Amino acid sequence: MSRQAYLVADTIVSPLGFSTSENLESLRNHQTGITAVHDPTLWADTFYAARIQNDQLQAAWQQIATNTDLTKLEKMMLLAVCKLAKENPSLDLTTAKIIIATTKGNIDALATAHPEKAYLHNLAKQLQNFLALPATPLVVSNACISGGLAIAVAKRMIQAAQCDDVVVIGGDILSSFTTSGFFSFQAVSPQACKPFCKHRSGVSLGEAAAALWVSATHSTTNESVVALTGDATANDANHISGPSRTGEGLYISIQKALDEANLMSDQIDYISAHGTATPFNDEMEAIAFNRAGVATAPVNSLKGYYGHTLGASALIETIIAKHALLENELIASLGFQELGVSQPLAIITSYQKQSLQRVLKTASGFGGCNVALVLEKIKV
Amino acid sequence: MSTPEYYIADYCTIRHHKVYRNGSCTYTAPSSMPLKEFTKGVYSTLEIQYPKFYKMDTLSKLGFLATEILVEKQQLPVETALVIANSAASLDTDRKHQASIVDPTNFYPSPATFVYTLPNIMLGEISIRHQLKSENAFWISEQFDAQWITSYAQLLLQSHKAEKIICGWVDLDTDKYDVFLALISKQGKHPFTAATLNKLYVEH
Amino acid sequence: MATLPEELKTKIIEQLHLEDIEVAEIGDDDPLFGDGLGLDSIDALELIVLLEKEYGIKLKDPKEGKLIFESVNVMAAYIEKNRSK
Repeated sequence: MSRQAYLVADTIVSPLGFSTSENLESLRNHQTGITAVHDPTLWADTFYAARIQNDQLQAAWQQIATNTDLTKLEKMMLLAVCKLAKENPSLDLTTAKIIIATTKGNIDALATAHPEKAYLHNLAKQLQNFLALPATPLVVSNACISGGLAIAVAKRMIQAAQCDDVVVIGGDILSSFTTSGFFSFQAVSPQACKPFCKHRSGVSLGEAAAALWVSATHSTTNESVVALTGDATANDANHISGPSRTGEGLYISIQKALDEANLMSDQIDYISAHGTATPFNDEMEAIAFNRAGVATAPVNSLKGYYGHTLGASALIETIIAKHALLENELIASLGFQELGVSQPLAIITSYQKQSLQRVLKTASGFGGCNVALVLEKIKV
Repeated sequence: MSTPEYYIADYCTIRHHKVYRNGSCTYTAPSSMPLKEFTKGVYSTLEIQYPKFYKMDTLSKLGFLATEILVEKQQLPVETALVIANSAASLDTDRKHQASIVDPTNFYPSPATFVYTLPNIMLGEISIRHQLKSENAFWISEQFDAQWITSYAQLLLQSHKAEKIICGWVDLDTDKYDVFLALISKQGKHPFTAATLNKLYVEH
Repeated sequence: MATLPEELKTKIIEQLHLEDIEVAEIGDDDPLFGDGLGLDSIDALELIVLLEKEYGIKLKDPKEGKLIFESVNVMAAYIEKNRSK
């Protein structure tokens, strides 16, 4: 039997808290991180976004280190990975492979006296120096699927016995750069975003970081553990920004991930969708889920809590999906009122306990990229 | 388990305003020529009608051109994965978008520019052109990391996630550019190893 | 001086990087989207920016663009009526 890739431990640093448990508590209580943001350095008018408060981040950071020369994103990422290491003494960051997943990294540095910080390999070196790692981390930057793709890569490396442990660190920040770009795309919602809802009108942006330890082994004392058993990415080969009208790439990636996990489509108990709340994205997902025969499974989008955290989003959502499996719970798809896509979907409208064995996590991004991950709960 | 052998079937380098295919120079332009004109010149040698080319940012144009030269008229299988890396990600276009939002009295961010502020858009452009519905990954490293690119490409091939692979390096930073792509398949002259890939990368 | 439709054609070609198309090839009543010039969703967004930048017109609802960008003549008529620069 081939080697398993277990999702062993994780930390989320977001507006909903600086640990996975705080984040889960907020989600269970339908509490969102999205608020009205008045900050002319980001956007001239008030807009809705999920932002990490600088003073809170600073207070948490001071418990880790006194370095002040690090950027907000670097502190968010390091906070996540340092907490992960502290809570898991058996994790050795110096022997694990480290993959950084980010869409725009320190892009806010372009407007500062240190634009060189915007090079993603400089971000990798900052993390390497701080963590005293022997090797520079790998960096993947593949738009909004970056975090999910990095997890898939971790699994592939472990299964091919290239290594035993991989730590994926993902993160992206709110910046005037991305905010202005999404506004120019007429893609920002005037209120908190409403994934899959009839009244949706675009994304809310967010910022967050997370760290996930993927390993060939586990030493859990719980009765079960979660493994990544199928994964695939596929390009739509259709348009660089518009989601495919047929959901082609997402459909292909779901099919391949299910095949690899050796599962039938009706064996999926829950789908953690991308659900950005733009009219075309959510419609595309509904089409792909129906084509793939998984649309009867309960589905949610977590964008109503976190906003769209770009390269971090699929990483955070996979972490939440893992805990949903372990805790047998379904998180409500916040912001949803009435189905607003042309194909049926079983949107989760309130928090509920339900026995779960297998989860499908998907994400899609500019450039026509799509990723699908199958997570399974395994009895120890 | 026996490991199927893979080879570097073809490779293409674009460097110092010269284009090379499998080691031979196929196009050259004066080094003083602006990059935009150079890419247009290379495009005209392809003798194709592809108006989308003009809409691409320079990074995507370079990746697109190298792929066209690399594959010539071959029909690539749908399962051809793209594994490309660079040092500056999309910073060349990022700076253009940034310049459009600096002055609040002249604040007109362009959606056509913003969409290219992602390095993997190039992978999308190549996928559209050749109808590749396969694996994409865009990696960032300071220098060309033949070891990792080879290792990751092998992961995709050995796990049957791809049939062929186009891999390499497409970097652009202001006017400095460096392009090297290789087509990996079951047939070819050079065995697909990191050492060989690196040797071909530094050839010109 | 160029008429507004002529001026628009030049600006559309420039803004949308239609390098292989000449002003003379765009008819005043030709559809801009669909088969005509082969414009796509990003071009539509870019035309919204063009209206604002060049003529001081801010669309309240981006969906209006669909009607306004029907042809060069329709666009010119809309600009004449609503321009602030």
